[in-house]
Amino acid sequence: MRKTYTLEDLDCANCAAKMETLINKLPGVEKATVTFMTSRLSLTVPEDTDLPALLKQVQKEIHKVDSNCNLIVK
Amino acid sequence: MSRKQKKLLTRILLGAASFADGVLISHLTDVLWLQWIGKGLVILAWVLCGIDVAIKAVKNIGHGQIFDENFLMTLATVGAFALGDFAEGGAVMLFFQVGELFQSIAVERSRRSVAALMDLRPDMALVLRDGQVEEVDPEDVQVGDLLQVLPGQRIPVDGVVVTGFSSVDTAKITGESAPRDVKPGEQVISGCINISGVLTIRAQSEYASSTVARILTLMESATEGRSKTESFITRFARYYTPCVVVGAVLLALIPPCFDGWQFARWVTRALNFLVVSCPCALVISVPLSFFGGMGAVSRAGMIAKGGIALEKLAKANVAAFDKTGTLTTGDFAVCQVKAVNMQEETLIRLVAGAESVSNHPIGRAIVSACGKNDQKVEEIREIPGKGIYAVVDGHRVYAGNRLLMEEMGHEPETADEATTPVYAMVDGRYAGAIYLSDTIKAGAKEALDSMRVLGVTDTVMLTGDRPAVARNVAGMLGLSRFHAGLLPQDKVEKVKDLLGKDKTLIFAGDGVNDAPVLALADVGVAMGGIGSDAAVEAADLVLLKDDLRGLPKAIRIARKTMAVARQNVVFALVVKFAVLLLSILGYASMWLAVFADVGVAVLAILNATRAGRIKK
Repeated sequence: MRKTYTLEDLDCANCAAKMETLINKLPGVEKATVTFMTSRLSLTVPEDTDLPALLKQVQKEIHKVDSNCNLIVK
Repeated sequence: MSRKQKKLLTRILLGAASFADGVLISHLTDVLWLQWIGKGLVILAWVLCGIDVAIKAVKNIGHGQIFDENFLMTLATVGAFALGDFAEGGAVMLFFQVGELFQSIAVERSRRSVAALMDLRPDMALVLRDGQVEEVDPEDVQVGDLLQVLPGQRIPVDGVVVTGFSSVDTAKITGESAPRDVKPGEQVISGCINISGVLTIRAQSEYASSTVARILTLMESATEGRSKTESFITRFARYYTPCVVVGAVLLALIPPCFDGWQFARWVTRALNFLVVSCPCALVISVPLSFFGGMGAVSRAGMIAKGGIALEKLAKANVAAFDKTGTLTTGDFAVCQVKAVNMQEETLIRLVAGAESVSNHPIGRAIVSACGKNDQKVEEIREIPGKGIYAVVDGHRVYAGNRLLMEEMGHEPETADEATTPVYAMVDGRYAGAIYLSDTIKAGAKEALDSMRVLGVTDTVMLTGDRPAVARNVAGMLGLSRFHAGLLPQDKVEKVKDLLGKDKTLIFAGDGVNDAPVLALADVGVAMGGIGSDAAVEAADLVLLKDDLRGLPKAIRIARKTMAVARQNVVFALVVKFAVLLLSILGYASMWLAVFADVGVAVLAILNATRAGRIKK
């Protein structure tokens, strides 16, 4: 399934690229795209994914690159 | 400017003031303690501007991000301080932040202009329940609900007008700039703005499946299709920073061994490397250009699926078109009248009378060609498979095909194969024929001419229609070739044949069953809005307005965007490598390095705003 999230305070394009690389390396992520211009993260994951747990990991990876950038989970 | 940007600006201004004072004092005096105050002010400037950079640097090192720009910038400036180059250390941080601020403003502007385009979402819906008007979220509207739409409001979901007359602004949804008048019984599309009167509509869709929601989803996901240029630049950035940093380390350590151990000289040069090691300007200018291009395409009533679509569109040199719905309207129109022993108008009037109740497209075309349909029509009788009989204005009229004429003892002349004839017998005598043909769509010829000017000279029509019809249409539009009599699966084969190594193929279709072909072509163009989900999904460019003239415009926007993106990449790379080279040779000061770096960023960003701007 495909999910999209907004990233708050994503300020640098190169950071977006780095986050994308890191998130793509997470187990259980089929494909991740971080689009800098729209501040959006799009995740493709298997149907039976434990989303809250995965999102926590994603947030951790994001903080590695930019500690001010937050994943907004509605 | 956002609050964050204002804060950064304040810090930069304070920092700049402190920096200027510090440098001035150091220059004007030889008194030692004043010198120290000067240096202190420069360090204060560094703290004011760059403390957040330094904090981030420390944090990110903790996360294992060694090639982090913040860290490198901090290292370069602290290194400069350590070597006693106070002015340079302060200046680098100051200008680095000026560059950051500039980037942030440019990005926000670009984001806002595209957000304005996406401002289609209806805020609320007024549902009529038990005679009461209730304000609800559009997502809570159910199929069958009666909704009230006041003037100035957006229509929340697709529906049909129950009561009220108004005109609606459909520009952002269909690309059609003229408002459309609506009356009871007519369909209205969500996302359009009701202009004049109060409308009551019955909801025919839920919000999630409504036109506006689908367009928004499409626009949001459209930016994900990354171009090769974008991927190249992010990949390049991934290697560029580590390489430059390793270069800096080598430059600081190896040459001194052969240069009488002059570490200070080579460390100074190595620090220049760190200053230009940040690829951000480069990485930002490319997506900014593409974003500008996509914005321009959207403003023209089209949706491009990301940078990749623009990139391929810019290269396109072969264009294939579906006939019906794309080049022609699929409606018949009278193209020729050959009357025998009577006025042409009279013949049309009589045949139109006979066809007056017909539902057949040919009959309707003749009726609409007549204009004034006030004939007195009696005794209408259909002759299955052959035609129709009626008494029109007192004349006995038989109208129909060749079979009907032959049955009545007349052998009419053979019609041009590209047209469809309707023969007529009036009061027992042959009265002539009316010829009909498929009509060319408005703007189709103009669009093809523009495409030829743009160098898309190989234009191919693919159609299931008869060869004679295809030849006629191809001739009128000046297409270079056509393939007729194709079944849907044949179209797929033909498109495969058209694809080639040096070719970039556009395929434009109206989308009902073109999805496989749209997906197969390099650039699939879906015509006429978001009718078919499969087609929109498969297409790279969606023309919301059913007008082929959008296509050449999109090509021009795409080419401009590509040119700007390429300029930015080349310019930034050339300047960066020049600075690196000059640094090795010792001709570049840290001042030059920081000016080159920030200057390139600012120029590239300014250049990116030109993307997608084409002459009207």
